[in-house]
Amino acid sequence: MPKVKPHRTSPSLDMTPMVDLAFLLVTFFMLTTKFAPEEAVVVDTPSSTSEIRLPESHVITISVDKDKRVFFGMDDAKPKLDLLTRVGAKYGVSFTAAQAKTFSNLSSFGVPVQQLPDFLSRDNEQRKALRQPGIPADSLNNQFIDWVVEAQAASRKEFGKPAYIAIKGDGNADVPTVKKVIQLLQDKNINRFNLITDLESKPVAGK
Amino acid sequence: MAEIQQQADSGKGGKKRAKKMSTKIDMTPMVDLAFLLLTFFMLTTTFSKPTVMQLNMPVKPKAEDEKSEIKASNAFTVLLGENNKIYYYDGLLSADVKPELVASSYDANGIRKILLQRRQANPEVVVLIKPVDKSNYKNMVDILDEMNITDQKKYALVDISKADEDLIKTSGL
Repeated sequence: MPKVKPHRTSPSLDMTPMVDLAFLLVTFFMLTTKFAPEEAVVVDTPSSTSEIRLPESHVITISVDKDKRVFFGMDDAKPKLDLLTRVGAKYGVSFTAAQAKTFSNLSSFGVPVQQLPDFLSRDNEQRKALRQPGIPADSLNNQFIDWVVEAQAASRKEFGKPAYIAIKGDGNADVPTVKKVIQLLQDKNINRFNLITDLESKPVAGK
Repeated sequence: MAEIQQQADSGKGGKKRAKKMSTKIDMTPMVDLAFLLLTFFMLTTTFSKPTVMQLNMPVKPKAEDEKSEIKASNAFTVLLGENNKIYYYDGLLSADVKPELVASSYDANGIRKILLQRRQANPEVVVLIKPVDKSNYKNMVDILDEMNITDQKKYALVDISKADEDLIKTSGL
């Protein structure tokens, strides 16, 4: 009895479709990626069971950190240039084109408008190292509400609708500061707020 | 796609010799590159969009007399103290009525149970949330979250009054 030799074929796979798929995924990710913006301040948000997602675009973020500082951020670059000239004109501060460009790339900031040109002229490293005092938001010097109102106006002009306002408070921020922000916005008839939180699971009934 | 078949140029209409040149391209570097890019983009993509909790504040009344009064029997007040403390009392505080202040907690068996009990007893209950100035924002979000969990429709963030603070002080909780 002769042994039956199994016919062995060398398994060589055609890799082409695999590469196709890989590149398809790559292009997909390349086109859909939005890089995480660099925040001026680290804010550790509390968690809640709310499952509403933050919209992708046209968002104004108001950050409140634990040292009672208020920061303002906006994600659309185009209305931001408009916003900068408007607020600058109001306070008699002018900006160069380079500064405006830097501003439109900045995700959030927390300096009074008088210090803003100097702040924008610095390079990235220096700007990170600088401790920002926060935007003045008291009754005597209320620049914060001007930023919000002008941003809404700029957004309306650009997109035909006001931006979505989100408040991002640190878990250890004190309530009076957050309340002050809310009251300032209420004075401008903005009555719906969105508090940015982390997701936690909803408790199950019967536990 | 990757196989290129060269067709012999049939110029004179002579013999048609199909030259079979199976050109195999080594795809390895290509795959390397693809996966390198893929991992890069996967790692830099922001995965979790943060969630938002909606908070609707009442529209500011034009005049003082437009403020809505609530009945004392429907009122349930939650006080957020400092150091993550939480208290509650039933009814309204006035000069002659001193409700009993009870301490509670943020966990599942604390304020949540009480809220559910109050609602079962009285579906019309309105929860008044009063954060003390020294309380932190996390507590505020937590209690608003409890409102969502217990499906409490009527609640309001109210400024704390002097009497409320005194009540906390005198109760010694």
